[in-house]
Amino acid sequence: MAFDKMELKDIEVWDGNHAAAQALRQCQVDVVAAYPITPSTPIVEGYAKFQADNYIEGEYVMVESEHAAMSACIGAAAAGGRVATATSSQGFALMVETLYQSSGMRLPIVLNVVNRALAAPLNVNGDHSDMYLGRDSGWIQLDSYCPQDAYDLNFIAFKVCEDHDVRLPCMVHQDGFMTSHTAQGVHTLTDDEGYGFVGEYKPMNDMLDFDHPVTHGVQTEEDWHFEHKARQHNDLMTKVLPKIQTAFDDFEKLSGRKYNIVEKYDMDDADVAVVCMGTSVETAREVATEMRAKGIKAGVVGIRVIRPFPFFQVQEALKNVKAIATLDRSAPGGTVGMLFNEMAGAMYNLDTRPMISGKIYGLGGRDLTKAHLVDLYTELQANVDAGKITTPLQQFIGVRGPKLSFL
Amino acid sequence: MANKGWDEFEIGAMLRSFDGVAATEIATTHAEDRKYSPSNSFTASVADWRIEKPIFNKDFCIDCQFCWIYCPDISIISRDKKLIGVDMDHCKGCGICVEVCPTNPKSLLMFPEQAEEEAELANWPAKDEEEK
Repeated sequence: MAFDKMELKDIEVWDGNHAAAQALRQCQVDVVAAYPITPSTPIVEGYAKFQADNYIEGEYVMVESEHAAMSACIGAAAAGGRVATATSSQGFALMVETLYQSSGMRLPIVLNVVNRALAAPLNVNGDHSDMYLGRDSGWIQLDSYCPQDAYDLNFIAFKVCEDHDVRLPCMVHQDGFMTSHTAQGVHTLTDDEGYGFVGEYKPMNDMLDFDHPVTHGVQTEEDWHFEHKARQHNDLMTKVLPKIQTAFDDFEKLSGRKYNIVEKYDMDDADVAVVCMGTSVETAREVATEMRAKGIKAGVVGIRVIRPFPFFQVQEALKNVKAIATLDRSAPGGTVGMLFNEMAGAMYNLDTRPMISGKIYGLGGRDLTKAHLVDLYTELQANVDAGKITTPLQQFIGVRGPKLSFL
Repeated sequence: MANKGWDEFEIGAMLRSFDGVAATEIATTHAEDRKYSPSNSFTASVADWRIEKPIFNKDFCIDCQFCWIYCPDISIISRDKKLIGVDMDHCKGCGICVEVCPTNPKSLLMFPEQAEEEAELANWPAKDEEEK
């Protein structure tokens, strides 16, 4: 192919955005249509620069909105190309209508979502509001905890979603600024290794196959719509997690880096556990280790695959734990947080039904400190000692003013 | 088209124009001779969308093809660059063909859906004399 390869060091100092852009380059994405938005801008900017510098044989399409960005991605994917883009927050919100189109049309687009709060009040910092907004859209959602994950999970995303048994789009999430703008050492793949892992794109029902004309995006009413949605849900529920596991296994063979659908840390004998996502997982792991030194058997469960939600893997990881706290970094808008909800659904029918309480934290990029987590593990241990939940089910962590709790 | 179960069709909000066979000679095959799949819109009549219909009077037509070019539903049937009629299964009665027809009198005119073609052709308007 007529593009240049890039020599990379074994370890490069990259932030999450640059790591994702490098992964898009190495996957040789055919089309990126994007409307850049903070904090995801450097991902598509990076692709555009690589493309302009002849490191990619592809097209960068400038559009007039995020809605148009995903619409152009849908067209390019239906035409038969490998397609990706990136967005955050308000841009993600504007994209939502087209997110449902791409999943319903079964187009394997990779969307890097650099998580950021949703206005109002306007805020550019990291929380999981946009991630949660997409959780019913029929996409696969993978979550990174650091720039290394943001790099690796892009390869996993293409590998899984382009599989002809899957054909569902995939989001790769990373925390705005905390991952996207924090430079860390990232272990790289060579260009040949990276491209070799995802392989040449194999189109399916592509519009550029002129011998087999096809109409994408058809209308169905009450006589067909339900069957299409049922098919899509069935494939999400039954086909995706095994494919992700296979991709994780293959990726470990290639890189030595092991990913799991549910990331367990010190969970073998844990009495108390925190369930969380994003950069908080790394903070919680550090605190869990410190709590062990104080005699509290603390563990952490990081959710790596948000959709399809890994019910059975979560059950397996947490079945012997006595008290669980879920950490939701999104304003729940009048109910419990998403992780509390999912965890309660997964754990309620277990014989060993653990105690579950839910925390809301970190909105608009507010820090989750180690002191917060020390308090949290201490509280969970108090629940274990008392044999019951000693606090309201939902509490806010790190907000100013009188202590805020509900339920 | 049969109502299939959720596991009995191809994935995606997607329909094929032709089932199974490769459509290699499509550009040189007239629509009525193509083996369209049952899900192709060519096999579905939308005639009942129409409340007015165009009637074609070949006596005045100069085969300029304006109606064929402008029709948004490919419903003007032209063969060897001669207008031979209107596809009344797909014409929705928009009247664009009449609007763009340059002859005097027009070779296409709109009539109520119930109008008798032979009667209307017999009463076709005369040439509109320009005022000098």
